Amino acid sequence: MENKIAKASCGTMESSDAYMELEPVAGATQIELQSVVEHQFGESIRALAAQMLAEEGIENVRLSIIDRGALECTLRARLETLIGRAREGGSAHA
Amino acid sequence: MRRSMLFLPGNTPNMILSGDCLGADAIILDLEDAVAPDQKDAARVLVRNAIKYLQFPGVEKIIRINSLDTPYWKKDLDEMIPLKPELIMTPKTSCAADVLEFDAYMSELEDKLGYERNTVKLMPLIETALGVENAYAIASASKRVAAIFLGAEDLSADLRCKRTKEGKEILYARGRMVLAARAANVDVYDTPFTDVNDDEGIRVDAEFAKGLGFTGKASISPRHVAVINEVFSPTQKDIDYAYEVMEAIRIGKEQGKGAVSLHGKMIDAPIVARAQQTIDMAVALGLGKEA
Repeated sequence: MENKIAKASCGTMESSDAYMELEPVAGATQIELQSVVEHQFGESIRALAAQMLAEEGIENVRLSIIDRGALECTLRARLETLIGRAREGGSAHA
Repeated sequence: MRRSMLFLPGNTPNMILSGDCLGADAIILDLEDAVAPDQKDAARVLVRNAIKYLQFPGVEKIIRINSLDTPYWKKDLDEMIPLKPELIMTPKTSCAADVLEFDAYMSELEDKLGYERNTVKLMPLIETALGVENAYAIASASKRVAAIFLGAEDLSADLRCKRTKEGKEILYARGRMVLAARAANVDVYDTPFTDVNDDEGIRVDAEFAKGLGFTGKASISPRHVAVINEVFSPTQKDIDYAYEVMEAIRIGKEQGKGAVSLHGKMIDAPIVARAQQTIDMAVALGLGKEA
């Protein structure tokens, strides 16, 4: 899959949700996480994000996640939406 | 058993995630009015994942998709039909042709997925003057239609009248909806009561709707769910009377009587039918046993 993406965002800062931004960078992929459950779930959230980026063939990006206690199904949904928007040119779309 | 249906905004995880513990018989995961146009993509994916991973045991899932005059409805169905939600709610349904258009696309998806046709049922939301006038045609347009639902907020705007708590402005529409649904042998649901803090008002409104013949009522607030469930459930007195009716009929048959009376009143076929409906509901609620 073509690794052509634009800067994109999705999600909210409400509880049980996560706000995410994705943008292309020159170097290796960076995943930045702020989470209210960092101590317990930080590693698994980073692993999930890395896995979904890899599955989509996306490299050389900076992914920022502000997690407000989202369940895995919510994180997956937000990551999928984020990647979809990044591929569509960055803005929210229907 | 569907007495209460609770609307949950489709792009709000903290509300969706508690969908199975708010007491409603059904949740309506809303991809339409509760979701801004630039968030339709996010809501669609979130709702799809919520159903896929959480499943909401014991609660019926209804998805309110976007209307035919938007570019979203096919994408909504593409994402939702594979998950087999019990019902798809179609907004602004105004005629039988609207139902048939949704129906045809749902059949196409079910065929592709190898599902039996009509696996996912339809609940047209009727919220225009034209829709109310065509209520029977809508309710009987397809075997896929399991229920119709009155949306009074949009209807009031279409009627160019003020929406009031008393609801006199929708009395005709309510009656028309019940008649149409019963004639078509489908369920019928009443519009939400929108004053979230009026605990007495919701009870009065729900009792009125039940009195007209509605099967149940929708809600936009979890606070209204318990009252709706209570109002649309048979009371113990109703249940006891229903068993008495069935027992009287049984004894009458044994004795070869053509006419049977109970407490001085004749029991005729409609009374027996209502008694059976009460018993069926009591059984479904765990409040009674098969007669």
